[in-house]
Amino acid sequence: MVSSPAAPFAQDAAAPALLTVRGLSIRYGAKVALQGVDLDVRPNEIFGIIGPANAGKTSFLRALNRMDEFVPDMRVDGAVTFAGRDLRTIRNLYALRSHIGVVFPLPVGLPLSIYDNVALAPRLRGVKAKSELDGIVERSLRRAALWDEVKDRLKNLGSLLSGGQQQRLTIARALSQEPELLLLDEFSIAVDPVTTMRIEEVLKELRQELTIVLVTNLVQQARRLAARTAFFLGGRCVEIAATEDLFNGGAKDQRTIDYLEGRFG
Amino acid sequence: MTTAQQPPTPHRGQPAWAAALDTRDRAWWNDLAMRGVVLAGGMSAVLFIVAIFGFIASQGFEFIVNRLDLGELLLGVRWEPTVEPPQYGALPLIAGTGWITAVAMAIAVPLAFGAAIYVGEFARGKQREWLKIGIELLAAIPSVVWGVIGLHVMKPIIQELFGVQVGLNVLNAGIILGLMAAPIMATIAEDALKAVPDSYREAAEALGATKWQVVWKVVLPHARPGLSAAVLLGIGRAFGETIAVLMASGHRLMIPESIFDSAATLTATIAAELGEAAVGGDHYQVLFVLGMLLFLITFAINLTADWIVRGRRSKA
Ligand SMILES: Nc1ncnc2c1ncn2[C@@H]1O[C@H](COP(=O)(O)OP(=O)(O)O)[C@@H](O)[C@H]1O
Ligand SMILES: [Mg+2]
Repeated sequence: MVSSPAAPFAQDAAAPALLTVRGLSIRYGAKVALQGVDLDVRPNEIFGIIGPANAGKTSFLRALNRMDEFVPDMRVDGAVTFAGRDLRTIRNLYALRSHIGVVFPLPVGLPLSIYDNVALAPRLRGVKAKSELDGIVERSLRRAALWDEVKDRLKNLGSLLSGGQQQRLTIARALSQEPELLLLDEFSIAVDPVTTMRIEEVLKELRQELTIVLVTNLVQQARRLAARTAFFLGGRCVEIAATEDLFNGGAKDQRTIDYLEGRFG
Repeated sequence: MTTAQQPPTPHRGQPAWAAALDTRDRAWWNDLAMRGVVLAGGMSAVLFIVAIFGFIASQGFEFIVNRLDLGELLLGVRWEPTVEPPQYGALPLIAGTGWITAVAMAIAVPLAFGAAIYVGEFARGKQREWLKIGIELLAAIPSVVWGVIGLHVMKPIIQELFGVQVGLNVLNAGIILGLMAAPIMATIAEDALKAVPDSYREAAEALGATKWQVVWKVVLPHARPGLSAAVLLGIGRAFGETIAVLMASGHRLMIPESIFDSAATLTATIAAELGEAAVGGDHYQVLFVLGMLLFLITFAINLTADWIVRGRRSKA
């Protein structure tokens, strides 16, 4: 396993952003969950989002792959573009979602075999050859640091794995569709610390192939992984900065400083 | 990575794969087509309902417009369609239906919920499988068989047990209907209990709750919408049943005053009289008006079921 340096992965700041967010607001009925968020996510960066519960982090991720379709009363205003396309006018939402992998906080092992869990997305897009599927399954499970534990029982039900294993299965499934963008929502909540570290190593390697938006409840995780980090609080994006600056006393907003120092209720 | 290396695309500086986002592929069109198919399926249900209601209404239309006295129909106590002048007071039939359904539910609800809770929460392994099979078999018994049981088994038992002259009465029909409705209600109720996640049971058990406390405090409250639906479906079943109730109720066209009186129901009256009524005549048309009444009551029950389930959801 190649371990990358903690320094931000070399990016071309001038390259067009993979994701641009302008004036994004999200409401559930009358309740405002997020207001006026502007940010860019560059290709091949890990973009961290930190903030206390109910800050609007999950809602933000929902808007990125148009999950508002599934949430009653959820209204999204503002402009989000992905690869230059405006999400509001995209013609094939399913293609959008197949290019964006999502990992939710609680693992979701589908009631299929481990193999079929990982092979689902490739099969949906028409991959049939057994050898090709085998390759994708092994590669995805290896990248999610799960292969060694399950390689002898790929036929077993994925929903019967332990919590941490199911979460890695979820990550493997997300990677099996070769996404351009990976959204991770507090993935380590249900994972033990050792596994968390292994997955973090994997994420560092994945930077070379895809872009990651990492919502995390562990500020140190953002510090370890993210090139830039945004601090969300009470439905607003308070501050966005290079992660190193944030953690080295460069935070401009007092609320960010308080949160980073753990002085926040 | 620099933009110069990217293959040219219609969107300046964007990668090639992004074109897929604006391409409607086979899966997309297939999805659209299947949406159409299932929409047609859903709409056909509505279509049939409207058509059936339209048919029933059309058969009684002329009478409704020209001679229907709604107050007389709903509140009149004499149903004498064949004497001169005929009387079309359906209150005895409405009361008969109400009494018998109420007795049926008083019997079916405890039986069905007891069975569902036992099968769903307490029984294990083989025993559970056998019980489920038994309940399903019970649900499959044809209603005429239940009618015969009412006529030849329940009747003497009731006469003996309560020392009454008439063994075909509200009690008899209610017991028969209750036994008929219980298996279906139990099946639906058991499904509702099964839908409660095991993690809820584990969480309560970890607090030291007894098995019954878990059922009472956690499982039943969570399953309430499904259980209500089971009851309402049972009521609908009892309401619409015809042949068994015709055989067991004594079919007496008067308002019953106790559960030991014979009674007649709306459905049984329609079944018994429609064959004799002259097609297109007043009697014939009034029977269709009764059909509409049944239809409307069933509709109201279903709406109530819907409302209960929905009300519960929005509170959650
Ligand atoms: N499905 C929903 N319906 C109504 N309100 C919601 C829903 N999801 C989230 N919210 C509300 O939106 C706000 C932001 O929530 P969320 O995006 O989940 O925050 P975070 O992920 O930062 O904890 C919260 O106040 C939450 O109660
Ligand atoms: Mg969240």
